[in-house]
Amino acid sequence: MTATFLILAAITIAGTVAAMAMRNLVHCVLALTLGFAGLAALYLQLGAQFVGLTQVLVYVGAVAILAVFVIMMTQKPAQTTESIFSSFWLTGSLIAALVFAVLGWAIYSSRLTSAIVSPHVEAAVRPIGDALMHRFVLPLEIMGLLLTAALIGAVVVAIQEKRGSA
Amino acid sequence: MSSLTSYLLVSALIFSIGLAGALTRRSAILVLIGIELMLNAANLNFIAFWRYGPNPQALTGVMFAIFSIGIAAAEAAVGLGIVLAVYRHSKTTELDQMNSMKG
Repeated sequence: MTATFLILAAITIAGTVAAMAMRNLVHCVLALTLGFAGLAALYLQLGAQFVGLTQVLVYVGAVAILAVFVIMMTQKPAQTTESIFSSFWLTGSLIAALVFAVLGWAIYSSRLTSAIVSPHVEAAVRPIGDALMHRFVLPLEIMGLLLTAALIGAVVVAIQEKRGSA
Repeated sequence: MSSLTSYLLVSALIFSIGLAGALTRRSAILVLIGIELMLNAANLNFIAFWRYGPNPQALTGVMFAIFSIGIAAAEAAVGLGIVLAVYRHSKTTELDQMNSMKG
């Protein structure tokens, strides 16, 4: 466990906590981009460069911008006094704390995590491309089909219906 | 505490934060973002197990993370589209006020 890991983990967790706890939704998404960037740096530190850069492109670049657009299209001007949490927030946070307790207990009591040696490994882009074109070509094609369907479906769901024509 | 354990703990913490956000926030957009955080925590687990696993040359964890990022992007696009459609219909994104399925 190095100082780099500690700093990156602290940035990531601070970003995600702020994203889930702030009042202004645009501030939430800005904090979320910080969390996503911290996660990308953690991927880079683990030696998965391609996944880290994909994370920056997809999450920091696309998903956060999409969320900001939807927030700006749907936000009402004045909502200051209402609570940002729903009425059953106590039950929800209790469930989340229980889930974390169970996960932490499972991680600590597992024998697997202490037995593994760690040689230096890196996922270069060329082996990833080779694997995508040979072993994982069917999942790649299915992913392309899914993304096309999702693109068309999102446009169809979100498009403005004209009065009388629908 | 080994490196893998610390990565797994960070991932569990991010998952719990995302779950807490998805269960407690009133805004539908923030609930979607909480689900994205949970998917990201799973991705961190895949990468950590790939890095400290017995056979990193097979690239299985990296591939799973890449496909998972693609699925999450599609899910975010469709989910935010549904939020927009519901907003057009009922003029709100607060989940407490979305209490009817029929217009």
